[in-house]
Amino acid sequence: MAIHITAPLTPEVARTLKAGDSVLLSGTVYTARDAAHKRLCRLVAEGKELPFPIKGAVIYYVGPSPARPGQPIGSAGPTTSYRMDAYAPTLLRLGELGMIGKGKRGSEVIVAMKETGAVYFGAIGGAGALLSRCVKSSRLICYEDLGAEAIRELEVENLPLTVVIDAEGTDLYETGRRAYLEQRAKK
Amino acid sequence: MRELDAAVITEAVARMCIEANTRLPRDVMDTIARAREAEDWPVARDILDRIMENYSIGGDIPICQDTGMACVFLEVGQDVHIVGSLTDAVNEGVRRGYGEGYLRKSVVRDPLDRVNTGDNTPAMLYTELVSGDRVTVTVAPKGFGSENMSRIAMLKPSDGLEGVKKFILDSVEQAGPNPCPPIVVGVGIGGTFDKCALLAKKALLREMGSHHPDPFYAELEEELLEKVNALGIGPQGFGGRTTALALHIETLPTHIAGLPCAVNINCHVARHVTEVL
Repeated sequence: MAIHITAPLTPEVARTLKAGDSVLLSGTVYTARDAAHKRLCRLVAEGKELPFPIKGAVIYYVGPSPARPGQPIGSAGPTTSYRMDAYAPTLLRLGELGMIGKGKRGSEVIVAMKETGAVYFGAIGGAGALLSRCVKSSRLICYEDLGAEAIRELEVENLPLTVVIDAEGTDLYETGRRAYLEQRAKK
Repeated sequence: MRELDAAVITEAVARMCIEANTRLPRDVMDTIARAREAEDWPVARDILDRIMENYSIGGDIPICQDTGMACVFLEVGQDVHIVGSLTDAVNEGVRRGYGEGYLRKSVVRDPLDRVNTGDNTPAMLYTELVSGDRVTVTVAPKGFGSENMSRIAMLKPSDGLEGVKKFILDSVEQAGPNPCPPIVVGVGIGGTFDKCALLAKKALLREMGSHHPDPFYAELEEELLEKVNALGIGPQGFGGRTTALALHIETLPTHIAGLPCAVNINCHVARHVTEVL
């Protein structure tokens, strides 16, 4: 059974989520990938304000394909997360509570997640058409010059996600694979 | 000599960019459906169901938002004269296809200054002269989640078959969940540094599950696919049997001092379209 959660997240809700949980996320998320993360961290270094509220924020690592007229968004699946590892700890320490992407995270990110109580969610990579149906609206926030990499505010409804790394640092990429291999060995 | 207007190539490339990004080849769909049936891990079955549901959405929305760099392979018959610039014609096709098809523009003009070209050009163009008076065009949009997990090694002849197997399995292991498994593994063995990488990329264009003509390599493909699927990485890396859908090996003669081996990984959205002009 999937757990319904709402973004922005509260620290209490984030702490209840465990690696392997299926969740359906509704509410407001912000898109940012490589180039946008670089700019966000530059703002932080310069002591400037971020372009969206970071407390409890869920950032979706996505560069959607262009929306057709009348559609809120194009195809919108996750991009590989490790490229954001250099920037994620900075944003986590400012209050970001959720990251949506796919693939492994570095130890520096997991350390920051445990310290701040944040969660890393996986969305299905290569299922961008399906995931786009959960996006109800999209609004450009900044960095339009980056094209697909601009920061957008998305309203999502029942976005299907899996908790990959929880606030205790448990990693589904390790536990899921181990569980499968143990079951296989028993056969 | 047959003449072929470059504009015909532009039209074909534009059409194929859209086609490749919105409709997956039948062989890929069939292979994933078979993998779903063979999968015995519940989480993995669930993921494969969602992936198949995504393929079946159809219409004009791209299967994946990473509509890739446009890799365009041209086999140009030596008895055909192309009227106009071939390179310009291909790039114009990419520009049109990615614009009209609402495909994502994912190319930066320089690897370090990183300014988006805004139209997904230039294409990665591979031309080969062949006999005849036809032009065979293959468009294979390549996403970078999987491209980034690709590797090449200049192994020593003494590393031999075992060294090759180890490098391939290590590459898939290191890639883990990052390239959106289930993946397709393209392997190049032999040639030079550059030709070896190209072999690995070309291996991804083969019909899914087809085999190397040499029975030795055909068996090696089977063996390695089984070993890859025993790693337990599974769909999306959450565990399971289905880590790879296919593993294709391409080979070339090489130097007495070398044993190049390249692994080019593709995600399950293994896109490619071919037309003969």
